[in-house]
Amino acid sequence: MDLELRGITKQFPGVLANDNVSLTAKSGQVLALIGENGAGKSTLMNILSGIYQPNSGEILIDGVVQNFHDPGAAIKAGIGMVHQHFMLVQVFSVAENVVLGVEPTFAGNLLNTKKANQEVEEISRKYGLAVDPKAIIENLPVGIQQRVEIIKVLLRGAKILVFDEPTAVLTPQEVTEFFGIVEELKSRGATIIFITHKLKEALAIADHITVLRGGKVVGQADPKTATQEELATMMVGRDIDLTVKKTDAKPGEVVLAMNDLTVVDDYGRPLLDSIDLEVRAGEIVGVAGIQGNGQTELVEAITGLIPSASGTITLAGVDITYANPRRIHKDGVAHVPEDRNDMGMIGSFTVAENLVLDSYYSEPFSKGVRLQRQAIDSQAHTLVKEFDVRPPIIENTAGALSGGNAQKMIVAREFSRDVPLVLCAQPTRGIDVGSIEYIHEQIVRKRDQGVAILVVSTELDEIFALADRILVMFDGKIVASLKTSATTPTEVGLYMAGQSA
Amino acid sequence: MNPDLTPEEKEELVNPKDRNFALRLATATDWRTGLVIPLLAIFTALLIGLVIIMLTGSTFSEAMGAYQALLQGSVGSLRAISETLTAATPLILAGLSVALAFRAGLFNIGGEGQALIGGMFAVWVGFSITGLPIYVHLPLAILAGIVGGAAWGFIPGFLKAKTGAHEVITTIMLNYIALRLVDYLLKTSIFQREGRNDPVSKNVEATANYPTFLSGFDSALRVHAGLFVALGAAFLIYWLLFRTTIGFEFRAVGANPNAARYAGISVTKVYILVMLIAGALAGSAGAGQVLGVLDRATPGFTANLGFDGIAVALLGRSNPWGVVAAALLFGGLRAGGQQMQVSASVGIDLISVIQALIIMFVAAPALIASIYRLKTPVATTQISKGWGS
Repeated sequence: MDLELRGITKQFPGVLANDNVSLTAKSGQVLALIGENGAGKSTLMNILSGIYQPNSGEILIDGVVQNFHDPGAAIKAGIGMVHQHFMLVQVFSVAENVVLGVEPTFAGNLLNTKKANQEVEEISRKYGLAVDPKAIIENLPVGIQQRVEIIKVLLRGAKILVFDEPTAVLTPQEVTEFFGIVEELKSRGATIIFITHKLKEALAIADHITVLRGGKVVGQADPKTATQEELATMMVGRDIDLTVKKTDAKPGEVVLAMNDLTVVDDYGRPLLDSIDLEVRAGEIVGVAGIQGNGQTELVEAITGLIPSASGTITLAGVDITYANPRRIHKDGVAHVPEDRNDMGMIGSFTVAENLVLDSYYSEPFSKGVRLQRQAIDSQAHTLVKEFDVRPPIIENTAGALSGGNAQKMIVAREFSRDVPLVLCAQPTRGIDVGSIEYIHEQIVRKRDQGVAILVVSTELDEIFALADRILVMFDGKIVASLKTSATTPTEVGLYMAGQSA
Repeated sequence: MNPDLTPEEKEELVNPKDRNFALRLATATDWRTGLVIPLLAIFTALLIGLVIIMLTGSTFSEAMGAYQALLQGSVGSLRAISETLTAATPLILAGLSVALAFRAGLFNIGGEGQALIGGMFAVWVGFSITGLPIYVHLPLAILAGIVGGAAWGFIPGFLKAKTGAHEVITTIMLNYIALRLVDYLLKTSIFQREGRNDPVSKNVEATANYPTFLSGFDSALRVHAGLFVALGAAFLIYWLLFRTTIGFEFRAVGANPNAARYAGISVTKVYILVMLIAGALAGSAGAGQVLGVLDRATPGFTANLGFDGIAVALLGRSNPWGVVAAALLFGGLRAGGQQMQVSASVGIDLISVIQALIIMFVAAPALIASIYRLKTPVATTQISKGWGS
């Protein structure tokens, strides 16, 4: 089925979320819809799925004007949404989740589990979406959970599939598998809309690209000829340089050293297995690896958030293996945590409070037990200006900031402290291109000031852009230590997958 | 879903960004949710109360008469105001106990037990020591109450910090233990009044009684100096929560324990300290009752103080000054209810119904918002974070 949006306009109080947006998606093709956070992508998709009604404009399917007054109408017309955050019942089986709401029953009201399993198997065979209908969702990896979401919309007869940031939560391997699924759906005549801000992925999978900015369509691009830089410039509205400019590193003294460090889980199984590593002043060491191979534990062991079972960690010559998190944090380590919302900040606290989250107890932010509001506020004013946090209103709650600005706030807090080691875990996950560029610049600037930097990222591009040396983690071990200039993404990718090159 | 919300507000509704969205709602300082909702809740509850009175066979004018008596009995005379303040005094302290714990992400249902134990400590110091001047004896008795309550609050705090035992379970159980412990103690020779067979304690010495500062005008004016202790406590808790590093840590742990840990805050230490202070506040509420109103301890002398404290904290949005306002309202309802019972022969049980309705509406802001078609972004609220954490 072909989909066409004509002149869609959606006005919210104070915000023109969509301004005369028109686009076309054809059967058997992939349309990538790209734009920064707040460009109006989500509003447009909510209109398409019947959650919002546009103020003006129309939706046409195969040339027929549709009227989606509620989400049910959109589903009936063949539109299926696969959300970024999965809507699955964790303790239910795959089949139970798929048929939820359209359960096959027998003898009146009893759930026909067998038929549900069959229905799921049928779809997974037809589209090559391998999944066990009886598996319980919470035991499945994220990539498989996404397949369940896809099966869910296919079972409801979707012909137009909308994917909202589908690769944000996937590992590189899962992304490859996901692209395979998209190809399969395409070949069966599905119309696919792929919402993303990852330009590389848009170029790799799309047949057409439409760029949104500030609620308007600002351009179209042909993925065969367009470059990432062109797309980024269209998205942001100014020239964007995706390559990180940096000179050769001048490594100095060893700042962080881990020696034979092992961390075990509750059952005694190793999460980190005899890790040896060194990070020197003035260099950026990148830790590559597929999510879940010990990177989180590596960072948490250094920061004292999880206990080490054996081995030693030294920071500028001082043993910190068993030091408490406060001491490590205060004297030596700035830490941009992997999970921004769950660890890096407190959403209900103000920006000013978040900017002193780890220094509120020291002068000048407090005297004795008394907080010094003036000092806290003036520090906040300085930092939001210096690190370009927008809007620069320090009384706002941090939860109201966009992802990129929240991350800039965290970077501001951590980078403004004068410490010898900076840990950045997934520093640019899920944030807009403009903020990525800015944060990368800050990391390099910090390096040039002679700080030792450890960057953990699942994005190989980011590792290659930033790191002077690359460590690859697999299954809790460091399986390779490479100079960035002497390796290739392919080689690192092989190590990431657990194969020796 | 309300289509008039901006995308940001909608996003907030569907995907609360911070995991303690619910707690934030229960502790909202935003005036829309913080003031309008409680006021509308009170109004609606009174309206339904009116209907209930009429359903029980009264005419509209009789029902209005009952409310007039309620108003008369709560603020209509000096004596009425004195009764309102007397009833509000322990509610302020019990409410602060629950509110403080809410702010740190803990649900203290144990105010009842903490007040009982605090009251017993205070009564014991009150009757067993003689010959001290009031300015030594009274503070000593209050301090005993604080220590007793803090000790009872320490137990669930310690268990939570060290073993992860959920405070809702442990505080409920400790309430039962405290209740029966008081029954037992009142029958022992240490506490039981000479020549009595029923469980009643000895009388508190006059030097350990809160002075009734208005009894010079009229001996029936029972309001006592405990009111100032309660107001002082409200100020102190406000200062602690919002002006000190300790309060910063409490609020950080309450809003996001992971981020607090990341920032180097010892979450276990905070849990213990919070329960210690919450217990101390509830203990001082119990002490205030025996030293200011009852003069002695009897089984269950706290009369649901701990549970009313939960209601007060909820209505007051866990803000210390909100707690004071809510306690005054509930004190007024209590005092006015007596008058209503006497002069309009509407049972005081109605007051419990109205209180319950107020809390129900406060706890379900979406209901109030939809009745009055408010465009405030309110979602369903929940008090505790469930059993897992």
